[in-house]
Amino acid sequence: MTRIITTYGQLLAVAMGQTLLLALYGLFFACIIGMIVGIMSVVSSRACRFIAAVFVNLIRGVPMIVLAYFIFFGVPYLWNTILGIGGMTLTALQAGSICLALNCGAYMAEIIRAGIESVDVGQMEAARSLGLPWWRSMVRVVLPQAIRTMIPSIINQFIITLKDTSILSVIGFPELVNTAKNVVAATFMSFQTWAIVGAMYLVVILLLQWAAKALERRLKYGA
Amino acid sequence: MEHKEKKIAIHVSHLKKSFKQLEVLKDISLDVAEGEVVVIIGPSGSGKSTLLRCLNRLEAASGGEIVIDGTDITDRKCDINKVRERVGMVFQHFNLFNNMNVLRNLMLAPVDLKKQDRETARKKALEMLGRVGLSDKAQAYPHQLSGGQKQRVAIARALCMLPDIMLFDEPTSALDPEMVGEVLEVMKHLAHIGMTMVVVTHEMGFAREVGDRVIFMDGGLILEEGTPEAIFGNPQNPRTRDFLNKVL
Repeated sequence: MTRIITTYGQLLAVAMGQTLLLALYGLFFACIIGMIVGIMSVVSSRACRFIAAVFVNLIRGVPMIVLAYFIFFGVPYLWNTILGIGGMTLTALQAGSICLALNCGAYMAEIIRAGIESVDVGQMEAARSLGLPWWRSMVRVVLPQAIRTMIPSIINQFIITLKDTSILSVIGFPELVNTAKNVVAATFMSFQTWAIVGAMYLVVILLLQWAAKALERRLKYGA
Repeated sequence: MEHKEKKIAIHVSHLKKSFKQLEVLKDISLDVAEGEVVVIIGPSGSGKSTLLRCLNRLEAASGGEIVIDGTDITDRKCDINKVRERVGMVFQHFNLFNNMNVLRNLMLAPVDLKKQDRETARKKALEMLGRVGLSDKAQAYPHQLSGGQKQRVAIARALCMLPDIMLFDEPTSALDPEMVGEVLEVMKHLAHIGMTMVVVTHEMGFAREVGDRVIFMDGGLILEEGTPEAIFGNPQNPRTRDFLNKVL
């Protein structure tokens, strides 16, 4: 165990950094996608709701590993060879971030939709009755209340997404699992290596949960 | 000059409203003059709340015409938000913004819609809070208030937009009995200073005392209307008599 840590500790730490980088990119864009698609699924326009539903169901219906292969290999192949436009290259980080953003974004959209729907319709009606436009009512009254109820689910989704970065080892991104595999291949110490890797994920996720609890406490109003 | 014709604040003609197959309002025609207090009574499901909600287009009419202060709000092109700035509404369940304290509840719309600058809105809000007897609650959050206090704040919030018309949708139905009085007092005061009011309520005492006109609705129709004395003293329609016998 100590031999793994002294010899490969730095390598694994760097890999953890790559995992976090990937998760950060993915989550950042997932929040944007989730917000847009989530709001699209509560507006009155049927077309918007339909597009949102198609997106969510499409992404949820495809395993992330398939999505990863599709984006990393399939999309450049389509662009360069089938369409013959050429010149498109995607790094594993880019493809991985897109993949995470789409996957997590779809789930975030559902969380945001459910959060908005959990706010009593009377809140929106009261804001509208004062003359506030729909969008201002959403931003000033409904969303602040929705976000408060959404936080536990969003944190949960963050944790799932952080762990899902391990799936992106299949497209060769040097995140933690991919790196650990190489360590095992070099040392044959699979028990020690995977135990260390597991502990590393655990620590990061516990830290994330602790931060989330602190945030949740701060968002309680008028307590 | 004394017999000057009162201006019409609300004009409703042949209003119809259906939810899918269900016809809630069948053919409603109604005029409310400026400064008039109209009280709508009737059994639940009679369409009285729906009628009220059509008056600021929280429900879009399925047919007919509604003119508020000269603006036809059944016209798709009308700026409904401008009309709503002049038509306050008070809800059965108060609907105070839970994420804001009382003062911010009152200041939100005036400031956001740039009707008043921050300082003016603040002064106005405190003045309105004083009027409903809650000056000491400016910093409280809705969940810290009693039902009666919440409803008085809701009334003050609507008044901060300086509306010409106030709509009340069963404002005391969700209150404990001992809190009904304080809300009715505020409404009475509003009526006395000449606010145009349309009130849907089960408070017959209020209807009798404050209403200039009482309307009895059932089955999506106005079955009878008249002065409180006429409706309560000598109802003509058998359904009105039946209803009043049950509630009085």
